[in-house]
Parts: sequence; C-alpha cells; structure tokens
Amino acid sequence: MWLLRAWLDGKITLSQRFAEIMFSCTACGNCTEHCPFPGFKNLLLEAFTSGRESFLDDGLVPAGVRDYLTRMQLHGNPYGLPGKKRADWAAGTDIAPFTDQEYLFYAGDEGSYDNRGQEIARSASRLLAKAGISFGILTGGENSDGNDVRASGETALFEDLAKKNTDLFNNKNVKKIITLSPHSFNSFKKDYPKLGGNYQVFHYTQILAFNMGKLKFRENPEPVLATYHDPCYLGRHNLDYYSPRMMLSAVPGIKIAEMDRNKKNALCCGGGGGNLFTNVLSSGYESPARSRAREAKATGAKIIAVSCPLCAIMLEDAVKTEGLAGDLRVMEISEIINDRIM
Amino acid sequence: MNDFIRQLAEITGPGFVSGEPEERYLYSMDQGTMPPVSPDAVVMPGSTEEVQQIMRLANKHKVPVVPMGGGLVLSGLTRALHGGIILDMKRMNRILKVNPKSRYAVIEGGASEGMLQAYLKKHHPELKHSMPDAPPIATLAGNICIHGSGHLSVLGGFHSDMLTGMEVVLPTGEIVKSGSCSVSTDWFARAPLPDLSGLFLGWSGTTGVVTKLGIRLFPSYAHNDMLIFVCEDADLMPDVISRLTGVQVAEDMTPWMTPKPEWARGFLHINISYGAHSKKELTFKRNLLQASVKKYSDQKIAGFLPMPPPQKSRFLKIPSSDLVTFADLRKGGGFEYVGAIMAIEHFAEAYRAGLNIARTYNVSYSMGARIIGAGHAMMFFYAYAFNRADPEDIKRAQHALEATNTAALEIGGIPWKSELPAQKQIIDKMDPGTFNLMNKIRSVLDPNHIMNPGNWEK
Ligand SMILES: Cc1cc2nc3c(=O)[nH]c(=O)nc-3n(C[C@H](O)[C@H](O)[C@H](O)COP(=O)(O)OP(=O)(O)OC[C@H]3O[C@@H](n4cnc5c(N)ncnc54)[C@H](O)[C@@H]3O)c2cc1C
Repeated sequence: MWLLRAWLDGKITLSQRFAEIMFSCTACGNCTEHCPFPGFKNLLLEAFTSGRESFLDDGLVPAGVRDYLTRMQLHGNPYGLPGKKRADWAAGTDIAPFTDQEYLFYAGDEGSYDNRGQEIARSASRLLAKAGISFGILTGGENSDGNDVRASGETALFEDLAKKNTDLFNNKNVKKIITLSPHSFNSFKKDYPKLGGNYQVFHYTQILAFNMGKLKFRENPEPVLATYHDPCYLGRHNLDYYSPRMMLSAVPGIKIAEMDRNKKNALCCGGGGGNLFTNVLSSGYESPARSRAREAKATGAKIIAVSCPLCAIMLEDAVKTEGLAGDLRVMEISEIINDRIM
Repeated sequence: MNDFIRQLAEITGPGFVSGEPEERYLYSMDQGTMPPVSPDAVVMPGSTEEVQQIMRLANKHKVPVVPMGGGLVLSGLTRALHGGIILDMKRMNRILKVNPKSRYAVIEGGASEGMLQAYLKKHHPELKHSMPDAPPIATLAGNICIHGSGHLSVLGGFHSDMLTGMEVVLPTGEIVKSGSCSVSTDWFARAPLPDLSGLFLGWSGTTGVVTKLGIRLFPSYAHNDMLIFVCEDADLMPDVISRLTGVQVAEDMTPWMTPKPEWARGFLHINISYGAHSKKELTFKRNLLQASVKKYSDQKIAGFLPMPPPQKSRFLKIPSSDLVTFADLRKGGGFEYVGAIMAIEHFAEAYRAGLNIARTYNVSYSMGARIIGAGHAMMFFYAYAFNRADPEDIKRAQHALEATNTAALEIGGIPWKSELPAQKQIIDKMDPGTFNLMNKIRSVLDPNHIMNPGNWEK
C-alpha cells in the first residue's frame, strides 16, 4: 500500500521491480484478515488489483505474467491448449454431458488440463456420483473462470472470459454449478452475477459434506493422521472452513491434526493470482508452499489433505523439493475417501 | 555501493538483499511523523554468523548499520539517518528454548511478540510473557532494547527488567554474551555478574545487534478478570494507583483518558487486570483490589465501573487493539505517541499538560499510562492520530509531539524511545558526566561510528 501511495504521490515510478512486487501477490486475503482498520481493510485487495491494472496499461509486467495473460486471451486457458480438449479429463469415465441434470460440474483450468488436476477432477466427480448427485459436464466451449485474471488486474480480459461462460451457461440453462476449484467457486459466486451470470454455486466439498452419510466405508481402515490445508478462495475469501473438515471427520480412521496456521490464519500455497503459472514468487526455501510443507510435517501428519487443485500441485512440488515425499502425501479429500469406500 | 551490495548478497544469498528504490522507499520511514530518510540497501540476515559477517564488512567499509525488528517504534529510530544499510532481523525468528521450571524463554533477535505468544499458547499453556500492545509483528528484541512495557508490567516491571541475558554482535563483529549464559548453559538471570546487558538497553540500536535473548515467563492463569476504576479528579490518581498496586495482585494497570466515546470524556479510568488459578483465588484478589480503594468508593467520589462479562472480554484481549483503532481516527494511517517515563505523583500535572497541548494544537488525542512495578514509575502516553496524506495534519501532530516532549521533561519525566529532536532535548538536560560516559562507551564499542549514527548525539 505504501508503494502504491508513493507512486500516486509521484515519489517512485513504475519499474520492473515494482511490478515484480505487485504481481507476486497471490490475493490470498491474509492482509485483509489481519488489517486492524475496518473499512480500509476490505479495500486492500481491490487497491492491489487496480495497481496491477496500471502496470498492465503501461506494459510493465513480468514476462511470466505477460505470457500467462496472452495464453488466456488466445486460448481461454492458462495452458495454451485448445478449448475443445477441456473435457478430455473425463474420457473413460461415465460422466454424462450436461443436459438437464441438477448441477453443472465445472472442472476449471487445472482440473481440465493439468495431469494432477485431471486426477482430482475424476476423483471428485466419481465421489459426487457415488453420493447420488445428479450432474453433467460441458464438452468443450467453456473458458477459464477468469478468477485469477481478474486478480491480476486484467479486468477487460476477465469480463470477456466471464461473458463467454455466462452466455454458454445461460444457453444451456444452467441453474446450479458445482466447481472443483475454489477459484472458480469464488468468481462464479461473487463476480459473475454482476455480469449476467446468476447461478447457485457450490464448491464440491459443500455438496459432499452433507452427503457423507450416503457413502459406505470399508470396515477397520488403517488409522492415519491427516492435516488439512485451507485454500484461500474457499476459506478466507468465502469463509467456508468447515465443509472439508466435516468430510474428513466423517471418514473412519482419519484423525485431523491442525497446522499452527489454520482456517483464517492459513498460509497460502503461493499459487493464487496466477502465480501457479507466472512463477513470480520464488520457489526457494522460504517460499509459501515449502514453508507450508514443513508446517504440515511438524504436525506429524502423513497426509496433507487439500480441496483445491492448485494447492495440490503447489504443495506436491514443495513436498518433493523438501525431500518429504517419503513421509508426507498430498491428497485431495475425495481421493482419501475414494480409497476408503466400498 | 553496488559492490557492497554484491558482497552482502554473498553473505545472505541474493534474495535477502536489495538496493532497489522500492525497498529503499519502504524502509525509509515508519508510521510516525519523522521525515523519511532512504537507506542505501536493506539486508535480512538468517543467522548470528551472517550478522557477524555483515558487521565485519560494514565496519571495514565504514558503512552505517541500523538494526530493525518490526520497525514499529513510531519515533523514526530505524531510519538510516546517514545512509548505509538497514539490518532487518525478521528472518531470525526462532524460539530456541523454553525452560518451564525456571520460567524463561530464549529466542532469536528477530522473533516477534506474536510468535512467542502463539508458541507458548501451544506448547506451554501454563506460561505467558508480557505482551506490549504493539502489533504482534513487533519483535521482543526491539521492544526490550527500548525498555518497552506491557501486560505484566505491574508484576515484572519494564520488559528490560525481564531480560535474563543476551547474545550480541558488536559493531566490530565480535559476538558477546551477557548474563548467566556467558558462564552457564542456562539463561536464568543477569545477576550476579557485571551487567553488560545495559550496554545495549535504551541505546536505540547504537551499540550492537541483539541476536539472541532470554526473557522471563510468568504463570498463565485459568481465570482472568479486570476491573475499571473511575474518578473525576486527576489529583487523586497517584494515591489511587499507589493503593491499587500496594496490594500486589494486579498484572497490569493502564489508566486512560479520551474525549471519545462521549461517556468517557472528562473521566479518568484505570483498567486493572489480574488472574488466578481458581475462582476462589480470583474473588480473593478482587476483594483485595476493591478494599484498597474503599476510602474513595465510600466517599462516593470514585468507584468501580459495573461491567457485564461480554464487555470485559474486549479489555482482556492481549494485545489490545484500542490504540490501533485510535490510530485510524483521522484516516490516512498516521499515528505517533509520546510516552514519557515518570514518577506517578506527576500524574495530574501530566494529564493537564496533555489537555492543554491538545487544545492548543487542535489534535485528536488519547492519553493514558501504563503503571510499572508496584507504582515505581509509569509510562504516561499522549497519542496523536493524523492523516499521513495531509501535510498540514502531520505538521500539527509534529508540533503537538514536540510540545509534549518539552512538557514531559519540565514535569520531571523522560520521553521514551524518543525521536531525534527529543533525544537532543534529553541530552541538554542530562548530567554532562553521564553523556560523556555514553560517548566513551560508544567509541570503544563502535570505533568507526557505524551503528545507527545520528542517534544520541548532540
Ligand atoms: C499501536 C501501537 C501500540 C504500541 N503499544 C506498545 C506497548 O504497549 N508497549 C510498548 O513497549 N511499546 C508499544 N508500542 C511501541 C513499539 O511498537 C513497540 O515497543 C515495539 O515492540 C518495538 O519493537 P520493534 O520490533 O517494532 O522495534 P523497531 O522499531 O524495529 O526498533 C526499535 C529500536 O530497537 C532497535 N533494534 C531493533 N531490533 C534490534 C536488535 N535485534 N538489536 C539491536 N537493536 C535493535 C532499533 O534500531 C530501534 O532503535 C506500540 C506501537 C504501536 C504502533
């Protein structure tokens, strides 16, 4: 904030270093949570977003950010892969295309294109089906939810992505959406209504938390200590700390050990705000993901349970780099459950 | 300087050094009224050895070094007045040891108040340390180095009184220890040795860099309560404070006087917090406190404020966020206070001087005090909020602060963690022999005069 103020007052100029600082923000919301000034605190993230907008206007952005936004613009996803490959993750499953089911299941960018994300998308959708939820998926044509594009300050691109999605969802008569990623959940819930997209939006853990009773667990499961990592866009941004914990606590044999920083104090994995793709944040010893991996290890847990594909990717990398892969497994919650149900 | 920065990067790794305008700007000021001064670079060491290498390098090249913790002192003491580097200690933030029986902790020089509080809550819930009301990112080293005070100051005095020993890197790069840790593996006390810790307390970072310290811990109670005593007559306050501290059960006592909220205007309040292991003990302590000032309650000229428990919980929060909330009164995030250490019998005089100054300079004020020990002294504060984006408002607050420092000295108090102009005022009033000795000590410890130069100078 002080830097932005200094720039507005003409005390410093926009520069590459300044851009690096601005774009390394993951929009995790921890500053908002801990700022003691009411009123002002809720404007912090908006101020950062507006600040980044100015860098974009001046063309002063780190190369990673520029490439990320270009891929988004050209391909509608951060991987630069064709839009028609979006539903490839569901190949070989019996997930039906969306017609008149109760929910649209939106796998998001990572769930659609990243290998690890695809595994998570398959696992979560399998569990939804087991719980008897009626849902279908779109078979191409949808775009990135744009949540992190918006956070990066590229508002016009975000609106374009959102407009294409809402047109498509409205055409298909979508009323309710289940998202895999908390990032999609956030933008569909908070930003799409202003752009003509009015849906009832749920994160998949919110649907599953209330349907755990429908799952049949295997008897005498091996007891395991797990720790849960709160994703920023489900936790701090949308105040749901409980759905994933409700799910986990309903799993026989799983005990939860909380990390020191949990719920509203949780440390971000470092992947938000496009950082999963832009690499503006360092991946060194003191990077958020590696600090988080060490924090998880300190609980004695054998599993870091996650409910966001970005967190899964970031933390898995960090666990490997920290040399903890033998002791600590990053598992998305539905994967833990799928392993233990009949 | 570029070559110097490159050498710093060789010590800490490149991610922890910057000479870029952005970092230099951020480290040029604090939230108070002192004008910004840009350092040439900022460096964040990760270990005592790195601090040592940095000091050797800086000493060799005669580059000024300003140690910094949270940078929350508000009086501009972590500005690089003569350029050079800011040594940001925040990476050295480990809690190294807790001795639950002898009740002390050993921590690194950049460990924050919030970290120690959270650590004890998790690993030693039966223990606590004295928290200041500063934002929790403030460091214990920074706070102790300035003789801070906090929530156990009636019980244990200034935070520097709770210090049990230190490891310090001298400006010339030697690593020295003070207190029992210089002889034993235990960090239990500064006695019975010559007290070298004093070479680094109250010096505003001009004598060395604290890399480790031992700090006393106290019992954390299962039952905690507070009372608010109210009176209208400032002249009664010294006697009231003396009586309340005389029964020796309070952990913290903080008088406060503000014009807002409206119901508080014109009244003098004293928050008294105390705790106990059982409800019975708590009631016993409450009775002692109430009995100590019965003389005034019986005369109906003062008394305890009836307080429902939910209202109390706000006052039992540690750290209290009241000052922070006040800091935003004028919007624009500017806030500074004069804290003057003085004897409690000057309470009324100090209060009246504050009212006068607030009227003269038309500033938003909040006044209060923290009692130190059994009424042995108090830190009387005059806090002023201002809008950082409004130069006129900053100037008004600056004038009010200057007038307050002058008034505090006239009363017989001493401005605490004083800004540069107030340091000069103190030196002017100081016994010349004392100031001479300070300079002699400094020239021995810091022959090249590289440690936070500009401070404590005529
Ligand atoms: C809202 C608010 C409330 C406050 N309430 C209180 C309170 O209740 N009690 C109280 O005591 N203070 C209070 N303060 C004042 C101040 O913030 C604290 O005293 C704080 O603990 C100072 O610590 P710091 O780490 O921020 O020190 P800094 O500002 O970083 O440094 C203070 C001084 O110590 C030196 N220094 C810092 N670290 C080292 C080191 N490792 N080695 C050598 N020298 C060093 C610096 O050079 C500087 O001269 C308050 C401040 C605010 C903003």
